[in-house]
Amino acid sequence: MAERERRRRRLDRSIKVRTGGLYALSSWSEMAYLLVPRVVLIGGLLVLPLFVDMYWQRVLCSAGIYALLAVGFDFLAEYVGLVCLGGAFFIGAGGYISGLLNAHFGLHPFFSIPIATVAGAIISTLVLLPCLRLRGIYFAIISFMFPLFAVYIIIALNVFGSTEGISALDTLPNIWTEIYLIFAAVILALFALRRLVNEDIGIILKGIKDNDQSVRASGIDITAYKTRAVFIAALIGCFGGAYLSHLYGWLGLSLFAMDFSILPIAATVLGGMGSLVGPVLGAFILTPMSEALRGFGQLRVVLYCLILIAFMVYKPEGLMNFLERKYHQFEAWVEV
Amino acid sequence: MDILIYGTVNSVVFALIAVGFTLVYGVARVPNFAHGSIYVLVGFLTWSFVNDFNLHYALAILISLIIAALLGLIIYRFVLMRLRGMPTSEIISSFAVSLIILEGLRMQGIAGFKGFIGPFYMLQPFIEGKISVLGVYVDYQRLIIIGAGLAVVALLWLFTRYTKTGLSLRAIAQDERAAMMLGVNSDRTAMISLAIGSALAGLAAVIILPLGNVTAEAGYKVLIYALAVCIIGGLGSWAGAVLASFVIGFAMKISTALFGALWESVVLVGTIILILLFKPSGLLGKQKELEERV
Amino acid sequence: MVKEPVLQVKGLHKAFGGVQAIANVSFSLYEGEVLGVIGPNGSGKTTLVNLITGFVRPDTGEVRFRGKNITGIQPHKIANLGLTRTFQVMRPYHSLTAFKNLIVPLNSPRVHRTRGGKLGDRDAVAIDILEEVGFERDARVPYKIAGSLPLGYLKRLELARCMALRPEVIICDEIFSGLSMSEITSLVPLLERLQLDGITLMMIEHRLRELFRLTNRVIVMNFGAKIAEGLPEEVLQDPGVKKAYLGTETKG
Repeated sequence: MAERERRRRRLDRSIKVRTGGLYALSSWSEMAYLLVPRVVLIGGLLVLPLFVDMYWQRVLCSAGIYALLAVGFDFLAEYVGLVCLGGAFFIGAGGYISGLLNAHFGLHPFFSIPIATVAGAIISTLVLLPCLRLRGIYFAIISFMFPLFAVYIIIALNVFGSTEGISALDTLPNIWTEIYLIFAAVILALFALRRLVNEDIGIILKGIKDNDQSVRASGIDITAYKTRAVFIAALIGCFGGAYLSHLYGWLGLSLFAMDFSILPIAATVLGGMGSLVGPVLGAFILTPMSEALRGFGQLRVVLYCLILIAFMVYKPEGLMNFLERKYHQFEAWVEV
Repeated sequence: MDILIYGTVNSVVFALIAVGFTLVYGVARVPNFAHGSIYVLVGFLTWSFVNDFNLHYALAILISLIIAALLGLIIYRFVLMRLRGMPTSEIISSFAVSLIILEGLRMQGIAGFKGFIGPFYMLQPFIEGKISVLGVYVDYQRLIIIGAGLAVVALLWLFTRYTKTGLSLRAIAQDERAAMMLGVNSDRTAMISLAIGSALAGLAAVIILPLGNVTAEAGYKVLIYALAVCIIGGLGSWAGAVLASFVIGFAMKISTALFGALWESVVLVGTIILILLFKPSGLLGKQKELEERV
Repeated sequence: MVKEPVLQVKGLHKAFGGVQAIANVSFSLYEGEVLGVIGPNGSGKTTLVNLITGFVRPDTGEVRFRGKNITGIQPHKIANLGLTRTFQVMRPYHSLTAFKNLIVPLNSPRVHRTRGGKLGDRDAVAIDILEEVGFERDARVPYKIAGSLPLGYLKRLELARCMALRPEVIICDEIFSGLSMSEITSLVPLLERLQLDGITLMMIEHRLRELFRLTNRVIVMNFGAKIAEGLPEEVLQDPGVKKAYLGTETKG
């Protein structure tokens, strides 16, 4: 007697197929199908701060920073093939530059933040540049080392406030500016990157990730493209750092903390690598969780890492990809 | 003159730290970021066995090394093996494992765990006292380090040349597909290499840590040193790793003598950047920057 | 009057560790011809291509393209000069559709230059090129995901990738390998058409019969050295070539 086996069959929902091209504009229900997720995302972000108290609003600001880092990490890892283990370097670069501009030159955050974002990105890219010609593993190693080196060097040269840091920086006007500024940045980064990866440059970067020899043979200077990608991710990260230094009004070595390197990675794996939105989701899940566990000290990091590994081994697609799949496809068990 | 002695000691320290990492990378093509954390873990375990369980020192060391090897095996079997072939995932998870161990050692207050911070943990040197070598007073421990370094390198050389397992490690390192076709099990070899690599990390720990304290931060430093040696020497090159250890070891000691201890890290960073700019595949790197992968 | 060769290789040497992969190879490639490169497995044919196109640096020797020394220049610069190559091991950008694969070469400086600026609708150009190589537009083949295409199409995609650069030379590395007889017969007209368009071809091949229909000149390699050069019929009679392919006969 033959054994009946089952397998899962996944088909795109008909509404997904209908909305695949221009036809999406042809009916309300189809437009809603496409717009609802985006509206929920943006609306959710805009509305959420109104429902929580001051303490948690501050937490949302942190979550925003981690979300920026996570989006940058996801972009570099899944769309360019570069694993950045040192997001803290961007935070530190942006934070220190902005803080120093503010403390020593009296520049208002309105000016110091943008300048720090760009300057920090330039410096970060220059620092990472030597390893872009090499295989991806070098990037991972170097990016891991640099936040730690930055700390050692700042201590060694005894500059920038060394271990005490610099305090009494200007802070942002009020809590609402703080929250909506970072959320605006997250949404901007998200949509900009989403757009970017569908443009030619995104295709080339994906090509570099898939098969860089072929890209070189097609006349493209892959180092130049990788540099552009790193610069973009650095812009995003450095903005977060510049913002952070004015959120709490001080800068110090903790801007280079390992936390800024690892939480975005955990958020990305949890949220769904490659989806760009997933990392944001992951950041907004992990940050409040980390806050709630503040009393347990370093247990938080251990926990993110355990979650990261669990997801990586058992559910590598992550939450967002899982949700997207459910939204776009339906499954059925089919007898074989 | 004392620069010569201390420079040599420093270089051998680097070499001992890097050798386990190079082994794992050369064979399994996986950068074992957990290398530094296993180093510290072994230090802590040994201390714990000696002080909390009152075991004999040598026994404590032996058990800790075995635990390290087992840990290496477990890491491969349950995490890395499932992620083979996806380099992004391999790197991320090995990094995560390293943090679990290192930050875990820093935890405090869970089930009475005191946490592993502060300069209170010290391992005893094997032989106390100093001896005069070429007019410089050197601790016995430091001489032991040099001796151990030579012994480790010699033993590894013999192992990879004359034992079946060792040869299979070398085979996989040279050409994975060919070795697999000849019947070498790639997963098993990777597990073995991770076990040996971790044990080597532990060995380095028990020999070197008696010079100072055991702290969790050292885990990051050790990892950075191992990575630096590999980059400067060339990823995957044994001779390069040894050469790089000496280059870095002496460079750092010389800079300490001239500029002061805090400049060590500046020198290290500078050397790395110089190599990346001028000879990216490392001093003796055999691999091209972007190889033709066929 | 001797024609100036399009590509000139002089005295190339390359050793990997202890193995001499290429030993003193020199030859010239003339405009408009189809040059075949044959030899047993392991004779260094792919390494030769890598050396010429900049993927591997030679130990000594010189490569000149239209008189310009291109030895050791980076691969993308060489491609931009008009010297392109296909890869023996096919790896298209598998998650992208077929025509999107061509977006990459269409973004190269060379294409930007010759088109004088904006390329217009790049997607349309990509699909046109694919149609030239035989992707049936009506059957929506260009829109299929590259990873799902059968080998015959992938080989054509590789050629299309080179063609998108409007090259002067295409070096085909074992483009017939893995294809069935009928697939090869349908590929040959495409190659002939390329030659008629003025593109010079250098073909590394194993399938001698099909190759000899296209080429007018052949080089034979063994153990990294060039052991014969000339017309296909001559070269096949060469005792050294016979020995390389068939081995020496044992007497008695």
